[in-house]
Amino acid sequence: MTIVELGLPKRLVEFTVDGQAVSVPEGATILDACSAVGKEIPTLCYGDTLKPANACRVCMVEVEGSRTLVPSCSRKAEPGMVVHTDSERTRTSRKVVLELLGSATDLSTTPGVAEWMAEAGADPERFGPPAPPSDDRDDALPGEHEPVDGLTAATVRQPVKVDNALYVRDYGKCILCYKCVDACGDQWQNSFAISVAGRGFGARISTEFSTPLPDSACVYCGNCVEVCPTGALSFKAEHDKREDGTWDESAQTETTTVCTFCGVGCNLTLHVQDNEIVKVTSPHDSSVTHGNLCIKGRFGWQHVQNT
Amino acid sequence: MKRRKDTTPYTRLTEPLVRDSGVLRPATWEEALDRAAAGFRRTLDTKGPEGFGMFSCARSTNEMNYVAQKFTRAVMGTNNVDSCNRTCHAPSVAGLARVFDSGGGTSSYAEIEDSDVIVIWGGNPREAHPIFFQHVLKAVHKGAKLFVVDPRQTSTAKWAHRQLQLEVGTDIPLANAIAREIIHSGLANTTFIERATEGYEEFAASVEPWTLEVAEQVTKVPAELIKELAHTYARADRGQMSWTLGITEHHNGTDNVLSLINLSLLAGQVGRYGAGLNPLRGQNNVQGGGDMGAIPDRMPGFQDILDPAVRAKFDEAWGSHIPPYKGKNLTQMLEAMEDGLITCVYVIGENPVQSEADCEHTIKRLSNIEHLVVQDIFLTKTAQLADVVLPASAAWCESDGTFTNSERRVQRVRKAVNPPAGARDDIEVISELARRLGHDWHYSGDDGREVWDELRSLSPIHTGMSYERLEELGGIQWPCYSEDTLEPSFLHARLWAEDPAERGRPAPFTVLRHSPPVDVLDDEFPLRLTTGRRLDSYNTGVQSGGFPSPRRRGETLDLCSADAAQLGVVEDEMVQISSRRGAIVAPVRIDEGLRPGLAFMTFHFPDEVDVNVITIEATDPVAGTAEYKAAAIRVDKLSSGGPGGLAPRLGSGARPQKTQFDAVAG
Repeated sequence: MTIVELGLPKRLVEFTVDGQAVSVPEGATILDACSAVGKEIPTLCYGDTLKPANACRVCMVEVEGSRTLVPSCSRKAEPGMVVHTDSERTRTSRKVVLELLGSATDLSTTPGVAEWMAEAGADPERFGPPAPPSDDRDDALPGEHEPVDGLTAATVRQPVKVDNALYVRDYGKCILCYKCVDACGDQWQNSFAISVAGRGFGARISTEFSTPLPDSACVYCGNCVEVCPTGALSFKAEHDKREDGTWDESAQTETTTVCTFCGVGCNLTLHVQDNEIVKVTSPHDSSVTHGNLCIKGRFGWQHVQNT
Repeated sequence: MKRRKDTTPYTRLTEPLVRDSGVLRPATWEEALDRAAAGFRRTLDTKGPEGFGMFSCARSTNEMNYVAQKFTRAVMGTNNVDSCNRTCHAPSVAGLARVFDSGGGTSSYAEIEDSDVIVIWGGNPREAHPIFFQHVLKAVHKGAKLFVVDPRQTSTAKWAHRQLQLEVGTDIPLANAIAREIIHSGLANTTFIERATEGYEEFAASVEPWTLEVAEQVTKVPAELIKELAHTYARADRGQMSWTLGITEHHNGTDNVLSLINLSLLAGQVGRYGAGLNPLRGQNNVQGGGDMGAIPDRMPGFQDILDPAVRAKFDEAWGSHIPPYKGKNLTQMLEAMEDGLITCVYVIGENPVQSEADCEHTIKRLSNIEHLVVQDIFLTKTAQLADVVLPASAAWCESDGTFTNSERRVQRVRKAVNPPAGARDDIEVISELARRLGHDWHYSGDDGREVWDELRSLSPIHTGMSYERLEELGGIQWPCYSEDTLEPSFLHARLWAEDPAERGRPAPFTVLRHSPPVDVLDDEFPLRLTTGRRLDSYNTGVQSGGFPSPRRRGETLDLCSADAAQLGVVEDEMVQISSRRGAIVAPVRIDEGLRPGLAFMTFHFPDEVDVNVITIEATDPVAGTAEYKAAAIRVDKLSSGGPGGLAPRLGSGARPQKTQFDAVAG
């Protein structure tokens, strides 16, 4: 007997994107449809293993008949929809969104964003020079706001948090996309070590009472780092190499193998530079891990290179 | 709160070592291989094939395990090959094979997400199998009911809808009471029982004394919880039963496994999508090691060694004469060393000195033999006893091959880094030794494919798994009989077939007797010690000790506050823990998840606190697994000044006796 699981049959939905007819299975999003026809839509908060958070507003597209622009990452395709990804409204929206993100946040380690900025003609500098880093951002109470003088651009800059041997949290790079919170919470890890604290521009990702990670509920699975789009969360090994200028992605290979610890069989992608494992990720399409690992899989590789 | 002092992690072996005048010294590969092979030949000449034993490696690839068992059978001519599956899930394999003729877990992780009742019995996957537990939590969030059966309130149990906190070693009374309740409530799946099982009448009669009240007395689990588990599991559309070493690491581990299988047969919770029996394997390739025949009673592909047709097929392929009887398992091999029957052992990537129960005894046995060859990436405590040490590559990142996981999924392992200079690939090393003993296999060495294709030609359940197909499909679950088919994601659908011929051999119920832990509690040793894993550490800590975990706190003796108060000890206080076999010293940690009378330790830090000095070696007669989960201990305040004040009769941890290891240059 041979059984191949086919899943439930799905109807196809037909609509147009920039005048091009596309058809996708029912339930697919506009972003899925664009990917299917090779049309790249920039996005930061979209996660292939996560439910859409609709947070970054970079992927907004125009749907005829809709009063506002819609986020392509979560809006499901409907029959007969007429979608524009490159209209004046979408271009203006993307330019302003990128300028606001770029003025408030350090996007220097965000892949792709420099090209998107250039393409959109975004100028994050136009709001003035960035305000200096704040030491007490974590202490802000909801509703508390410093009066602004308009001379500098408000930023989320704050000192880098290095409070353990495995992760570094550089919240000056955080765009509040919620992906780390979702990965730590009920979508995958169920540890609930981090959440969004504060309101408005004072909102930030925080542990409970902003304690250092070692005193929090964190179990160091690294699943938040896996999904972080900007490098706000990074592994200490990577952070240190970036700091001393030896991090070189162009010289790295990525090889997928299987974890050496328990018998679950998690897929690990080893990032190797100069015959040294420098980072471990997991393929998001693995039926075993869906991109998630535990502390041993994520960090337990050092023993092979202790020589 | 970190108490662990910074100990130096193990460093990689980069040159072979040989023993001269009792001391290990560096050697060339030529010399070391010649020495190793000469010792094997001497054993064959003086003792014959049965004087040899192989400890194969559940951490290494399928390909390496295939070659290691081939070396044992075809070169040395014995079936004495086993691996650390013996210390963990051998009872699971033995139990499943006895009932279903196949030693694998029956379901897939994806199916767990679609189950509506999940029973986790004697396991703490939240810490020991975290990514498996994510699949469980998917189900829980979708509305599945989770029951956790465990003496401790673990972090897994905190997610449970109901927790059954049983007395250590009362699994069979609990299972029998659940069975009786299912039968008396008319919830037994009579259609399934009549069609697909045998021995029901005797089984039903045997559980009759186990009323809820009697079971409550013996197991300390409230009767209404036993009843609720029985009813919920039996009524579920898709019920999962999952277990780990809390079931298997007992002197009657196989019986414990069979008691859970009985429940699945009674409720018809096996052989269907989402309903099944799943032992969670503890090592990356302990499933594959067994599947590859690195066990004393099965040929590759789980083929029966007692079947002449099976042996003939392998003998023809290998030009060998496989003995027509089962070899010795790891436990029996250790006994045979003591009796002088086995004088030569080849250990690949195992650390029995620290992983076996009652380790002082193991050291004595390994020190007793004439020729010990150890192939490893580190100079472990076991390697320090060897006559020849061969530096190996790390399978999971320095070689190409496959591992098989707990859902029987064979997945590709790929070489990402080169091993340190001086270390060599396992298969290459074994082939070199085979060549010196007159068997030239011509494996190219740097790609497991040749070995894998040979295995595929001999093992029907792996035949359809080419490397290309494994790559394309993200791994394939066995069985996979041909390159153009895939089987269902669960095993034993045959049991539900209409046609009796297709149903095949009925699955037998097993009548089981309660047998309490061997190490009895008395006035001298009044506390029950059980052992297990913590999230950030792994087994003897040789590998997981290599990275800086913010959560690592070293070994502790975990007690509830009531016990601590009664003993007059406080958190962080160093205490002496003794059993009938030895004594150790460790700090106290308060864990309110424990009940009065129950203590907990891990076995992750043997270099600091060797817990296996006090565990008991009582073993399961079927599978040979030791009763790590139930020792009788006493806890004493240290009178003055720490471990120095211990009575001289007590062991103080693993200290290899045979070796004075000289630091190797580099």
